[in-house]
Amino acid sequence: MSPRVVFPNKVLPYLLVAPQLAITLIFFYWPASQAVYQSTLREDPFGLNSKFVWFDNFKRVLSDPGYLNSLQVTAVFSVSTAFVSMAVALLLAVMADKVIKGRGLYRTLMIWPYAVAPAIAGMLWLFLFSPSIGSLAIGLRSLGIRWDPLLNGTDAMILVVSAAAWKQISYNFLFFVAGLQAIPKALIEAAAIDGARETKRFWTIIFPLLAPTTFFLLVVNTVYALFDTFGIIHAVTGGGPGRSTETLVYKVYSDGALNQLMGVSAAQSVILMVIVIALTAVQFRYVERKVHYG
Amino acid sequence: MATVDLKDVRKVYAGGVEAVKGVSIAIPDKALCVLVGPSGCGKSTLLRMIAGLETISSGEVSIDGKVVNTVGPTERDIAMVFQNYALYPHMKVYDNMAYGLRNRGTPKDEIDRRVRDTAKTLELAHLLDRRPRELSGGQRQRVAMGRAIVRNPKVFLFDEPLSNLDAKLRGQMRVEIKNLQRSLGVTSVYVTHDQLEAMTLADVLVVMNGGLVEQAGAPLDIYEKPASTFVASFIGAPPMNLIALAGNALPEGTKLVSPVPPSAATLGFRPEDVELADAAHDAADGMDLEAQVEAVEPVGAESFLYSATGGGRIVVRVPGRAIAQPGDRLRVLVPADKLHWFDQAGKRVG
Ligand SMILES: Nc1ncnc2c1ncn2[C@@H]1O[C@H](COP(=O)(O)OP(=O)(O)OP(=O)(O)O)[C@@H](O)[C@H]1O
Ligand SMILES: [Mg+2]
Repeated sequence: MSPRVVFPNKVLPYLLVAPQLAITLIFFYWPASQAVYQSTLREDPFGLNSKFVWFDNFKRVLSDPGYLNSLQVTAVFSVSTAFVSMAVALLLAVMADKVIKGRGLYRTLMIWPYAVAPAIAGMLWLFLFSPSIGSLAIGLRSLGIRWDPLLNGTDAMILVVSAAAWKQISYNFLFFVAGLQAIPKALIEAAAIDGARETKRFWTIIFPLLAPTTFFLLVVNTVYALFDTFGIIHAVTGGGPGRSTETLVYKVYSDGALNQLMGVSAAQSVILMVIVIALTAVQFRYVERKVHYG
Repeated sequence: MATVDLKDVRKVYAGGVEAVKGVSIAIPDKALCVLVGPSGCGKSTLLRMIAGLETISSGEVSIDGKVVNTVGPTERDIAMVFQNYALYPHMKVYDNMAYGLRNRGTPKDEIDRRVRDTAKTLELAHLLDRRPRELSGGQRQRVAMGRAIVRNPKVFLFDEPLSNLDAKLRGQMRVEIKNLQRSLGVTSVYVTHDQLEAMTLADVLVVMNGGLVEQAGAPLDIYEKPASTFVASFIGAPPMNLIALAGNALPEGTKLVSPVPPSAATLGFRPEDVELADAAHDAADGMDLEAQVEAVEPVGAESFLYSATGGGRIVVRVPGRAIAQPGDRLRVLVPADKLHWFDQAGKRVG
């Protein structure tokens, strides 16, 4: 552990963290507490008056088959997105590690997608895979693969997962490249001398040593898939066809903003918040234990 | 079990640096060959080429008579101890040692037996369940040794394995490595820049400089007959005294009773090959030198007198306590058979 800084002045440390605290309070705790408060209210359709209904909204949400579907969709979507984006990024990072000529260019190009806004990324993929005009969709069709994300729920899911994962690959790539560089070359050489071939070396040395990076990215990607993918789903499928790509966050939006069910929507937000807190706690408690830092 | 032969081996790195410029060495079976030389002379590069970790730009490396230029490190059946040990940080000591055996498909019970045997030899038995970061530097060094030994390879390679240890532990490990190597009878190549380590460990000593072999042979032969001024000043501590001859003229205060070989440009003598004489006594042969003591360094069993002469600074080694004080004048006699002569290029003459 690095030595602690000791401030002679008692006020200064608080002043230094104040901006961060203020931002957290205004943009997180305040809306979060608003959501908790609102989740116990029921408004009339015109928003004129509201009444306190205890946990009624939660009961309604949890008995709604649409909500349970959305839970399942979210699980499939988040796990797939996190897995695909991390796996592809890791593969690319391992390959980038071997590139000698034009290394900088390759890395720079890899980072660009991160600068694309989620909704734009969604539109790109939507166009590429649009059944009638998308160049890649036409390619798929000429290969004899039936492709229709507008009607087929699985295709739609594949499309949003691809778009969401694609967007996150750059970020993961950067971390994996850094993680790979931090592994001493002598370890890989020692393993080679110890008779381990490339694939074996990857799974027995490199992958375990990357665990801190992978764990960190797992947390980040899960949170990303849960929350930051709204724009992509909104642009690409709008939750459809049917409700096959309606994730929890999207449902909060459609119930709250579109259907004006403020209390129900707030209850969903609160549940979502609890899920994320629980997930992160679980990740830190159980997964981190298997991670070896240095 | 194996011989190692290098034939005119060269290494040019991608950037154009020529690190090894044509090295030929024949290492007999069971011998311990030490590569010694100053920093950057290409020792590690050469060792890594034997290991298969660097490509060979030209020349041949053979192990057991078989050219291995294109054989990867995985198939060479060698073991290497790295300077920083390169222990796998996520594995316990046991698994660090078992890793190489597992990769080669050794049966489980044999792995267990061999790991435990080796651990016992190296006094590591109580550490098998620890991870590398829970070990001291010396213990890590032993684990690295154990990992190499347990596989019973054809060749051991060591790249400055003791340089991270303190002086005392270094001395102990030096003896231990020598004993282990001898009892296991595994051909070894050992890189160091410490001339004491080189002298004490080597069966074959190779002194390198600037990517080339300056001299190779038995350590004492090299000590007694250094092939160049470079070797003379690199091997031996304190190093050989070298006095430049300006043309045929001797520096002031120096008398030579013996003839000077025709092409000699430098003469040298070891600090211990001198006799301190009083004024009445004359040299029968060899050299007679006047010196003034500048500093005295007592190290216990002997003392070093750093002295100024007309030909530059010299060191004289005297047993026990020094009889001289800084400022004293000395007459230093060197017998003819203890004088070394070198030509203009620094090569040995005669
Ligand atoms: N990967 C590399 N690329 C380019 N040049 C290199 C590389 N590795 C080493 N060199 C150069 O090759 C020369 C020999 O290096 P080497 O590591 O073999 O020296 P060494 O004798 O082991 O030195 P030391 O005692 O400091 O370890 C040096 O000039 C070094 O700068
Ligand atoms: Mg080196």
